[in-house]
Amino acid sequence: MNQLKRLAGIIWIVLGPLAIYYLVKTAAGEISKKPIIDTWVQWGVFVVVSIPIAIGMVIFGYYAWKGEYDHIEEELEELKH
Amino acid sequence: MKETKGIWKIIGASSLGTLIEWYDFYLFGSLATVLASQFFPKTNPTAALLSTLATFAAGFIVLPFGALVFGRLGDLIGRKYTFLLTLILMGGSTFAIGLVPNYDTIGFAAPIIVLLLRLVQGLALGGEYGGAATYVAEHAPIHRRGYFTSWIQTTATLGLFVSLGVILITRHALDPDLTKSIAKFNDYGWRIPFIASIALVVISIYIRLKMKESPLFEKLKTAGTTSVNPLKESFGHKINLKMVLLALFGATMGQGVVWYTGQFYAQSFIENVCKVDFDQSRTILIWAILAATPFFVVFGSLSDRIGRKWIMLAGMLLAIISYRYLFNELLVLSDVGNKMELVYLKQIKKTHTPIAHTTDTLRTVTNKHFFDDGAMVVETIKDTAFSTVGKTTLKPDIKTYKILDTAAYWKMVFFVFIMILYVTMVYGPIAAFLVELFPTRIRYTSMSLPYHIGNGVFGGLTPFIATLLTTIYTSDKLVGLLYPIIIATVSLVIGALYIKNKIDPQID
Repeated sequence: MNQLKRLAGIIWIVLGPLAIYYLVKTAAGEISKKPIIDTWVQWGVFVVVSIPIAIGMVIFGYYAWKGEYDHIEEELEELKH
Repeated sequence: MKETKGIWKIIGASSLGTLIEWYDFYLFGSLATVLASQFFPKTNPTAALLSTLATFAAGFIVLPFGALVFGRLGDLIGRKYTFLLTLILMGGSTFAIGLVPNYDTIGFAAPIIVLLLRLVQGLALGGEYGGAATYVAEHAPIHRRGYFTSWIQTTATLGLFVSLGVILITRHALDPDLTKSIAKFNDYGWRIPFIASIALVVISIYIRLKMKESPLFEKLKTAGTTSVNPLKESFGHKINLKMVLLALFGATMGQGVVWYTGQFYAQSFIENVCKVDFDQSRTILIWAILAATPFFVVFGSLSDRIGRKWIMLAGMLLAIISYRYLFNELLVLSDVGNKMELVYLKQIKKTHTPIAHTTDTLRTVTNKHFFDDGAMVVETIKDTAFSTVGKTTLKPDIKTYKILDTAAYWKMVFFVFIMILYVTMVYGPIAAFLVELFPTRIRYTSMSLPYHIGNGVFGGLTPFIATLLTTIYTSDKLVGLLYPIIIATVSLVIGALYIKNKIDPQID
């Protein structure tokens, strides 16, 4: 199980930049279709908000890959005491 | 019995305030079209831009920001005063929105003031939920934490229920003639739900003032072990950051999209894709909410016995595998293609309204089609009737709405009920799950951020991305569901792999 958790970590690492790539691509397409300030603001907000979340996904994947979630129950105990 | 003594008072006081905050927040969204005509006229690009900002900034930036600001405050000075402050801010800004003169009266000041008040609303809501959930959980007996916190979980859905109900009642009550009543509502009546909320806010503030601080936080305070820098501890310390990320990607992200699909996208789909009448599309949701709401408590309580994890993940799984079927059924139920039209009952009404300074007229043709099962379709076509021979409007404005027959109406209620049942599965146990993941000293901050990113950002994006997908891939009316299905699938896999099903007996 721990092996699977670690391997899946690679998927989460890739997922972050992949999501941003598709988001930026879609944003560029939508802005070029309707190049008014409203569209810029709307997609600008989406991209700005999504970047830290994607970074979070990469960090999550990295921790998973490194086995940081292998002993989560013990870590939870440690966190609380 | 002794353990639960006084808990109902705590739940009542916390839930009432949280319900009011959700009600206040939803009012703005539910009345977006009316507010746009009052404050953000489309003819003025700057006002329209402010409208976009009010929609996107309040939902996506201010909610998580509110979670950080008030979460930090809640871990520094206590839960009681923090969520009292969020209630005052929310109540005050909602009341003020109801009083702001419109764009025609004070010009640009109107949309700017409304935008600022909307941002304050978002900020306050961002800080409210974590406080209320933490406060109740820290009072609840150990083995019934899921049950007691699930009462807080009902408030978001009930807030939507109350806002829809108040809007519908006000819309119908301003004049015995429905058309005149709706016109009056759009003119000034929309202010009533905003202004009326102040009465409940004042009662709730009074009740919350009489409440005591959370016993666990009080214990930390007495021992002098409260956090000095909750933000740094929550997100700067690796162990806690790992839990924040797990809570977001393994639970709240999936929960957010299931919530928004069941409660918001479903209603928008019924109204805009199925073309069901304004009132019916809302009352369908109202009945479904009413029937499903007790299940928040059922699943919250069940999570105390079998754990939080698998109930939440089962809700996501059911949503993933059945969304396309359920939404397709909504389409089928609203389709009049297979019904027998009672042609002899068909009504056609034509009116011509003169257009100022021209000899042309605005022609409105209303066709009413009646069907054997009681369904009705109303089609309104507006175009310009030119006085010049041979000149025609290139693209007439056509609007259609349907009144469902009784059987189709109740079947739709049932299908929406199923979707909200999924919401109760993912949302009912989540407060207890989040509370148990973090230590008391940084609980408010740590649980508020993943909650509001999951719901505000991932959930809040659902209507926009779903609509965007339907405009790109026009042949498939269900393509919008791809977004919640993909996000819920990722969350389901992460949750299944990394989250433990253990119920934590001690949270102090």
